[in-house]
Amino acid sequence: MNKLEAKDVNLHYGEKHALKGISMGIKANSVTAFIGPSGCGKSTFLRCFNRMNDLIDNCRVEGEILIDGRDIYKNRINVVDHRKKIGMVFQKPNPFPKSIYENVAYGLRINGISHKKYLDETVEKSLRQAALWDEVKDDLKKSALALSGGQQQRLCIARTLAVEPSVILMDEPASALDPISTAKIEELIHDLKDRYTIVIVTHNMQQAARVSDNTAFFYLGELIEYDETSNIFTNPAKEATQNYVTGRFG
Amino acid sequence: MNNARKNEIKDNAFKVFALVCTSVGLIVLGLLLYNIISVGLTRINWDFITNLPSRRPGKAGIYTALLGMIWVVTLTLIISFPIGIGAGVYLEEYGKKNPFAKFIEINIANLAGVPSIIYGILGLELFGRLLALGNSILAASLTLSLLVLPIVIVATREAVKAVPGSLREASYGLGATRWQTISRIVLPASFGSILTGLILAVSRAVGETAPLIVVGALVYVPFAPKTPMDQFTVLPIQIFNWTSRPQSGFVVNAAAAIIILLMFVFILNGFAVFLRNRHNRRVKY
Repeated sequence: MNKLEAKDVNLHYGEKHALKGISMGIKANSVTAFIGPSGCGKSTFLRCFNRMNDLIDNCRVEGEILIDGRDIYKNRINVVDHRKKIGMVFQKPNPFPKSIYENVAYGLRINGISHKKYLDETVEKSLRQAALWDEVKDDLKKSALALSGGQQQRLCIARTLAVEPSVILMDEPASALDPISTAKIEELIHDLKDRYTIVIVTHNMQQAARVSDNTAFFYLGELIEYDETSNIFTNPAKEATQNYVTGRFG
Repeated sequence: MNNARKNEIKDNAFKVFALVCTSVGLIVLGLLLYNIISVGLTRINWDFITNLPSRRPGKAGIYTALLGMIWVVTLTLIISFPIGIGAGVYLEEYGKKNPFAKFIEINIANLAGVPSIIYGILGLELFGRLLALGNSILAASLTLSLLVLPIVIVATREAVKAVPGSLREASYGLGATRWQTISRIVLPASFGSILTGLILAVSRAVGETAPLIVVGALVYVPFAPKTPMDQFTVLPIQIFNWTSRPQSGFVVNAAAAIIILLMFVFILNGFAVFLRNRHNRRVKY
């Protein structure tokens, strides 16, 4: 069974038809990259998986999105509980204006966990998983805003890992970072694959080729092609995909 | 004369113009302050602050007016801040963005510009007569609360609006509810700016005289107010009363009372600015 499954998903922003009949399945413990030119709907589609589009007025989603076989757009689902299982990392690092420690502990605290020892352990474990622990272990009380952009983004990943999601959605997580920080994030994605299902939106095709197992190419709100990454980049079935990955447009 | 030279002259001319504008304000303020301080400073002593009002200027004090003002302002804050902040948060975080919301938004901004005497008449009718609170401290505080509510609401909305959406998304993404996001992320991050609005509201409430006269603040109060239902006077009204007396001693008293009132406002503002700066150093986004 697929971890994530989309069945004929349509999305409208008011009059605009932003996603057109998208169906795809994503396997557990894999990295899937969404590529495509700006405005093609890849970020919008990513946000369907944790119902982040609910926050936008006049946004309407049709079709089914299943996680572990459960439709998350059915009325009975608790959106708040659902979002705890689906972590998200955003394009721009967005740490809270709190200390490093409190940033990672936030997801636990909102669940009413205040047991000091448990919090300490989870903060350390999450920061270690996000390869940030050694850089910040001596000043956990320092403001997260004092960290560099790359460190902030890894902190945001640690913050997400602390609530133990099974899926992590990444919306261009490295686009605001320098090449060294980018390399660290990519390494991290590789390490996290064993335990999490990762979906990453990226503008950087080399990045998609480096980190992902499967790649989906979106264009004008449609899913043009979805296949193993090696096929998409070396032997795409559609001409549009070929043109995009070879840089002829986009 | 070439173009560069012309532009340089224009540039300098505007600089001088701006300097003159700034100076006019500062000089007028300086003269006023000098005038008041030179007249009133020697009159200020402990007796002046703790004496009850009197017919003789040398024995008159501001005790009841000062206490009345503290009562009125404190009650006004207690009433208006929770309501104003709550309303501001609702409009920004919960309310839908539709034409009706737009209509309310414009009207709140308009309310901030309504002459204060109108609020006084409303307060007199609604609180004084309909709710039978008479000319009590509570009636005055409720009236002033109405007056400062638009300021608090608008300031809260602006402050909440300035919190980046990315912080909210991060919080929702971690499974936070709306209230958790507001109470743990949005309000702490906007606290500094909300405080600025509160400073403005307090300063406004401290300086208001007209609505209080309409509601029924007394000019001569020979006892210190003890409960919110007591009659009262406030410093601006005491000052207004003294300046209209013929004896020169009362003019000195008025100047001294103005100095106390200014100090009161400065201390309040200073404290709020201190809080805001300390907060803004910690929170940047």
